[in-house]
Amino acid sequence: MPTVAPLDLSGHCVAAVFLGNVPHFALADGSIHRLDNGHKTEQVHDGLLAAVLDPAGDRLITGGEDGKVFAVTAGGSAQELASAGRKWITSVAAGPQGAIAYGSGKTAFVRFADGKVKDFQHPRSVEGVAFAPKGMRIGVARYNGATLHFPAAEGKPVELEWAGAHTGISFSPDGNFLVTTMQENALHGWKLADGKHMRMSGYPAKVKSLSWAAKGKWLASAGAPAAIVWPFQAKDGPMGKAPLELGTRGNTMVTCVACHPSQDVVAIGYEDGMIIAARFADAKEVLLRRPGKGAITAMMWDKAEQRVAFGSAAGDCGVIDITA
Amino acid sequence: MSEAQTQIPVTVLTGYLGAGKTTLLNRILSENHGKRYAVIVNEFGEIGIDNDLIVESDEEIYEMNNGCVCCTVRGDLIRVVEGLMRRPGRFDAIVVETTGLADPVPVAQTFFMDEDVRSKTRLDAVVALVDAKHLPLRLKDSKEAEDQIAFADVVVLNKTDLVTPEELRAVEATIRAINPAARIHRTERSGVDLSEVLDRGAFDLKRALENDPHFLEADEHAHHDHDGHDHGHHGHDHAHPAAIHDVTVQSVSLRGGEMDQKKFFPWIEKVTQMEGPNILRLKGIIAFKGDDERYVIQGVHMIIEGDHQRAWKDGEAHATRLVFIGRDLDAEKLRKSFEACQAA
Repeated sequence: MPTVAPLDLSGHCVAAVFLGNVPHFALADGSIHRLDNGHKTEQVHDGLLAAVLDPAGDRLITGGEDGKVFAVTAGGSAQELASAGRKWITSVAAGPQGAIAYGSGKTAFVRFADGKVKDFQHPRSVEGVAFAPKGMRIGVARYNGATLHFPAAEGKPVELEWAGAHTGISFSPDGNFLVTTMQENALHGWKLADGKHMRMSGYPAKVKSLSWAAKGKWLASAGAPAAIVWPFQAKDGPMGKAPLELGTRGNTMVTCVACHPSQDVVAIGYEDGMIIAARFADAKEVLLRRPGKGAITAMMWDKAEQRVAFGSAAGDCGVIDITA
Repeated sequence: MSEAQTQIPVTVLTGYLGAGKTTLLNRILSENHGKRYAVIVNEFGEIGIDNDLIVESDEEIYEMNNGCVCCTVRGDLIRVVEGLMRRPGRFDAIVVETTGLADPVPVAQTFFMDEDVRSKTRLDAVVALVDAKHLPLRLKDSKEAEDQIAFADVVVLNKTDLVTPEELRAVEATIRAINPAARIHRTERSGVDLSEVLDRGAFDLKRALENDPHFLEADEHAHHDHDGHDHGHHGHDHAHPAAIHDVTVQSVSLRGGEMDQKKFFPWIEKVTQMEGPNILRLKGIIAFKGDDERYVIQGVHMIIEGDHQRAWKDGEAHATRLVFIGRDLDAEKLRKSFEACQAA
């Protein structure tokens, strides 16, 4: 039976991650909490809007209402990487070779490890940024599609068009697919080799959480009473295939998903705070956490595949130990 | 949601540059009412705004992917409201100050069409600031000035000290012609009583028309808060396109007795589906036969909401009143089809 070490905070948890094997929780008020031989706190932003783990650098990249971008490393030390003025930093991404990207208003910025910053102007707002897994390439989610830039080289961006507002963006781990979340209740995908479209719809709510399974074979998503898991093994992705529906519950919605680092298993967080793990092969479920105070907003597995850090919209965070 | 969250009221301020929006905003922020505001602006004006919590966002109009051209929302507001609501303890209400050229419709529709925004906030009222001196010019050169008035719940007719009484009457008649349902307040230096602007509940079906007991009564000026002016010359039937120069918005006011529910609902459904793109706002009080409660409806383009408001009072006439504000409305067709919904 899994055990939960709770950390009751106050406020919306934006990210729950492991840095140096220590669970860290980034809250919307800009504070970063960690469970490191007791509960410790650092105030980083005045208002934190976006946070993403940089696995290579073992650091958390954060963007805030204060127009700043920080890198938080294990132990809670925060280094200011960039400042974009008075506008909010609404999205951040971590890339290869220590590069990061962030979006503010209609501009996407890439900051290289040496501190050099390159900016990319768009006619419409930058709603999301992500790095491709290989090569120095970023994708920007925008109105009516996505734009790919090659920050290390000069040259024209690649425009991928699909009508509607695209609000978030993610590359598959093998770099073959690009998937966006949309303002409407749907995902959109492109096969990058030929630009083929993949429309993944049928969600009753907006999709606010995506997670790629090990080796990118599956894409798990929230936005329904079950975790919707699309098959990406075939060369054309999920086209013409039905997704798996895991952890279906009748009275609540899935708000967060986090795939296991190596196995075909997904941690599923619900609006009522419950968390389960479900296996793709046989849909077998294990309860990880009973319902709590708020919707699950953040989850991450540790490298040892033994613990799941989680956070909620109400601030009742914690760490689940599945080996206990 | 397991956290019980009250919906934060949102006031939208529209109006051309120089109409007095920032002056009014600063009054809202500085007067002693004990409320804290979050302010969302699209551009920092020349006059500073004095507030702890100001968010600057780029106006982003998103068409929804449902094939309906009038189903537009403001993507920037969705994002900003989501961000603000993650730290809800900081403010009690939100004010959205739009640019002079902003279309108020997507702003308002955001609060109805986006589920996340709708669950956490409620649109309280759309307030249009109008510069008494420059309105005639604005109407000549832009559709937005007219749209802002047509769409408003409250019109603050500002800078009245800069025009003659005759000019003021003409300007007010123009506003009335564009929007017979709005409340008009004449002011100098945006000096309107803030209770006339804030916490209006203009989109709250239970309250909207309660604030306005004389809504669409035979004398359309019954709820005018100034007296002693002669408005008789334009007390004409608004079922016709406004006869005033440079005005393309028209309103169609319909009045009737008790309606047949089985006929009325399919009719209003059909009208909003077919005419949705042409309808900026619609508001009405409906008397249904055999129903001892007043039914109120309101709409923005194709979005329509309705609910019982309260019991009819003793001696209150069971009358139906409905106004459409929009463009290219076929008044005669609306009237005939409306009348066909009356209870036998």
